[in-house]
Amino acid sequence: MIRASFAALSLAALAFTTPVSPAEFSAAVVFDMGGKFDKSFNEAAYHGAERFKKETGISYREFEVTQEAQRDQGLRNMARRGANMIIAIGFAQATPLEKVAKEYKHARFTIIDAVVDLPNVQSVVFKEHEGSFLVGMAAAMASKTGKVGFIGGMDIPLIRKFALGYVEGAKYVNPAAEVFQNMTGTTPAAWNDPTKGGELARSQFDRGADVIYAAAGGTGIGVLQAAKDNKKLAIGVDSNQNHLQPGFVLTSMIKRVDVAVYEAFKSAKDNKWKGGVKVLGLKEDGVGYSMDEHNKALITADMKAKLDAARADIIAGKIKVTDYMAKK
Amino acid sequence: MSAAPPSSLPRWADVVVLPAANLLAAFILSGLVVVAIGENPFQAMSILVTGAFGNAESIGYTLYYATNFVFTGLAVAIAFHAGLFNIGGEGQAYIGGLGVGLACLWLGGLLPAPIMVPVAILAGAAFGAAWATVPAYLQAYRGSHIVITTIMFNFIAASVMTYLMVNVLIKPGQQSPESHEFAAAATLPRLHEMAESFGLEMATSPLNLAFVWALLCAGWYHLFLWRTRWGYEIRAVGANETAAIYAGISPARITILVMAISGALAGFVALNELMGVHYRIILNFTGGYGFVGIAVALIGRNRALGICLASLLFGALYQGGSELSLDMPTVTRELVVVIQGLVILFCGALENVFRGRIAQLFRRLTPAAA
Repeated sequence: MIRASFAALSLAALAFTTPVSPAEFSAAVVFDMGGKFDKSFNEAAYHGAERFKKETGISYREFEVTQEAQRDQGLRNMARRGANMIIAIGFAQATPLEKVAKEYKHARFTIIDAVVDLPNVQSVVFKEHEGSFLVGMAAAMASKTGKVGFIGGMDIPLIRKFALGYVEGAKYVNPAAEVFQNMTGTTPAAWNDPTKGGELARSQFDRGADVIYAAAGGTGIGVLQAAKDNKKLAIGVDSNQNHLQPGFVLTSMIKRVDVAVYEAFKSAKDNKWKGGVKVLGLKEDGVGYSMDEHNKALITADMKAKLDAARADIIAGKIKVTDYMAKK
Repeated sequence: MSAAPPSSLPRWADVVVLPAANLLAAFILSGLVVVAIGENPFQAMSILVTGAFGNAESIGYTLYYATNFVFTGLAVAIAFHAGLFNIGGEGQAYIGGLGVGLACLWLGGLLPAPIMVPVAILAGAAFGAAWATVPAYLQAYRGSHIVITTIMFNFIAASVMTYLMVNVLIKPGQQSPESHEFAAAATLPRLHEMAESFGLEMATSPLNLAFVWALLCAGWYHLFLWRTRWGYEIRAVGANETAAIYAGISPARITILVMAISGALAGFVALNELMGVHYRIILNFTGGYGFVGIAVALIGRNRALGICLASLLFGALYQGGSELSLDMPTVTRELVVVIQGLVILFCGALENVFRGRIAQLFRRLTPAAA
């Protein structure tokens, strides 16, 4: 009763503000545990959704998951409130999404970072290992000590995928390169622990590393800070993080979650959305390394030429980067 | 903490009026926070309440969350009665989940449900108890402080589970560290499914049979503590250890006994989460319930009924809070945590702020009793 009147109210409000009837297109995003302002993975999704909102004037509903059971609940609530284009951010939503997508067959779902094999689900996965390979090369080329570092969030398959690509990239440039690897923790707190990230970075710097790649969500902020404090270099992840500590961030391994989210919304609005699996790698510009005014001085023309050559070789299949997930 | 302060209240006022006053204060302050971000606090309050109790589905979610809090609240409370502060509910629940999960994965296809469920209950209890017994032993015979060791055991539990989930129990070929799905016999029926089999329509919610088990545990807890010799011994050690020794009770033995029970109760969270909702072992299913259990025990005054009511309160805050952040985009999840924090602060930590005033009021109203 109350819910019905609430729905009626919001319908009335929508009718006044937008000419588009909500029955036609209603969008929603369910962010994962990190929260939408993690400066990294979820935030990239947020930017994609915001871009869509700015361009079309159509707003979207959103929900940030804080408990395991809320993934199911968040997706279901969105579907029930009439959202017919729902984006689930993060692999952990795969199982709940599978359940909810079966119940709400009329709704369209896009999931980032996992594959759910249903007709009304579009799965977007990235070849993080390819992007990590390139930043691994950049790290090894920028390193004077021949030692580089990797700091992950939790020790889960996805992060091993980042790490493996990075190591292969570093060794491709310098076969003798030494790569230190640390994981931040064993609970989801590891994705948002800048203090621990900073400590791990300092200890890796002390052991001789001079470039560190952080694939740890919000924890990376601490790694970037430690790079600045120690006058060393860090590599950002997911979003372009070069501007966070200008001059101390060598580059960022960007994963275009924002583009994936934007495209999903846009195609759904234009009735061009399709289910199935989308794999975005270097070729599709789904991953890559960032260049902007903040790291111009750090990546020399020679380095850039080598990175572009490697990029072309990976796309052409001449360099094979091992996919940790496929290795299993 | 059981010693009566000078301005003591009648028992019913202690149990009803004082918590209500504290709760009211917490909500008034939360309302001011909501005003500060430019929203209508009354509307926020009504969304919170209807979100938690407005329809059958939201009640189902509220009770589902409450189920976890009953288990962890009882776990903390029983240790409290022996004067032990068990901060390790989180880790004990996690390892309890390993026991439940392994039992369900290995035996799920072999045993019928009426045998499988008790086996899983035993497995969860055994694993949770075993995990709690180590710090208990260290406290009883080596003098390592239980607060420190149980906290450390939370981290060890998380590391063990992450390792096992990523390297051993993961269903191959997927991103997310999750195990295979349990067989149907190794799952607890949801209450709406049970209602359906009787021809009743009920809204879909994760509320499952573990809720009934939680109520049984609360009843058992009361009888065990107040009606058995063991319960008496536990309370004796908690009230005065020296006197307990003089009476022939071994505090070391009681420490181990009570911690084992505490760990077993915490381990039951896995019944609700794994067998009742997720049907597989997943990472981090404990989601902080073990820690909230401390607040639940505190607000519930370590009594069975109090813990059940406090669990209901926290279940409502969790469920209503998530509805609130869904319906009011300016109310972020951080703000929901602030509201929950204020409730804990007022009901738990500042429980005696209003005691003096309310006692004064009572004396004025009932001069004969004073």
